[in-house]
Amino acid sequence: MALWVTFWGTRGSIPVSLDSASIRDKLAHALVAASGKRLDTQEKARAWVDSELDFAVSHTFGGNSSCVQLDAGGDEHVLCDLGSGARAFGNHVFSRDGPAKANVFHVFQSHLHWDHIMGFPFFAPAYVPGNRIRIYGCHTNLEEALRRQQDPPSFPVPFDRLGASIEFVTLQPGRSYEIAGWSVTAKLQSHSGDSYGYRFVRDGRIIVYSTDSEHRLDVPDAVEGAATFFADADLVIFDAMYSLAEAVSVKEDWGHSSNVVGVELCQLANVKHLVLFHHEPANNDERIAEIWRETLRYEEISRTGEPLRISVAYDGLEIEL
Amino acid sequence: MHVSQERYGDALLLTPVGRVDNSTTDGLKSGLDAYVASCRSGGDRLVLDFSKVDYISSVGLRVLMLAAKQIREQGGSIVVAALQPVVREIFEISRFNLVFQCFGSVREALAKVSPTALAAYDSAHGT
Repeated sequence: MALWVTFWGTRGSIPVSLDSASIRDKLAHALVAASGKRLDTQEKARAWVDSELDFAVSHTFGGNSSCVQLDAGGDEHVLCDLGSGARAFGNHVFSRDGPAKANVFHVFQSHLHWDHIMGFPFFAPAYVPGNRIRIYGCHTNLEEALRRQQDPPSFPVPFDRLGASIEFVTLQPGRSYEIAGWSVTAKLQSHSGDSYGYRFVRDGRIIVYSTDSEHRLDVPDAVEGAATFFADADLVIFDAMYSLAEAVSVKEDWGHSSNVVGVELCQLANVKHLVLFHHEPANNDERIAEIWRETLRYEEISRTGEPLRISVAYDGLEIEL
Repeated sequence: MHVSQERYGDALLLTPVGRVDNSTTDGLKSGLDAYVASCRSGGDRLVLDFSKVDYISSVGLRVLMLAAKQIREQGGSIVVAALQPVVREIFEISRFNLVFQCFGSVREALAKVSPTALAAYDSAHGT
């Protein structure tokens, strides 16, 4: 059975959007590149865009904050985090199924910082009676955080007015749970107020969601713990918000990691596919594409075993396992 | 990992040799730690000759950053010289090229940090 991972929100800390100047620059770049081409139909133009333009010109890495869907094809939906990307996911479910169909959602919260919960007040299925939403996490104040952001004066609709049945489930890190067909284990991570990574296993395939975590490769116990958690994963979704120089200097203890550490850790853990995630909001599309290219090169330089596939997350990215 | 040491005037030239990865970083750290205290305002200038290093991992780079932080807090200076092409790439990918002054050769580095050190180096090498 195919497993799909869909990225609905990939930006760190705060959602961002393309501004008009950025769109103008992309258009100008594309028009110059297309000069002399006969692109007189939508089909020709789309095909040329997909095959000839750099992704950073023809697309955008997106601006919604963290929300990732794990899809095994069943009736129940599985999400990691409720950043602003949850709004897009909820709208997608509505447009596909219509509002009449009752759905079940399982949501695993890495932590409760605002950028990871801010999508919930705009998550349309939460307003529909008949839907069931189970929100899992290791923080004891999980429910309080979700409720509080809808209290006056922050939001006009109180949490208790939501129509769906909403449950909160506290998980213990290090313990394996069977949820919606997945075997799920949480792990404590280094981040302000703590965060938790999740290791999902299903049909022999392994997905690790590890965002908002400052991985330290100079601490042997931390390296061993992370390598065990990542071990043999088919896919690791990794917080690569900072450069290594930032992460070990001015932004040390800010709770995020780098592309370089992501590569080294995944190589150590025999991971197959690394996805760079939780992009720095100050980085534009060109900068994120540059980081991707550099990460591919670093993987070549540091490789001692099998090649590690590396992708960069963007809103709308779908990966089949 | 072996780190050799030479003195040119008021500059210390440290030359690590080999691959700096998780298994060898302790050697780099101990090689640096022995000299970091003397690199302060009015004290020694530290030049790292990377011509014999063919790879450095994130842990090795972190050791460099910690040494640089201490030296700069003491008012001293630390620069890097003669990076091999692959190590230069690693510095660029990790953005360490933005926090370390990198010079093409040891002589260029010494010329930047101290005229006295440069004169001593030229005298020793007959240039």
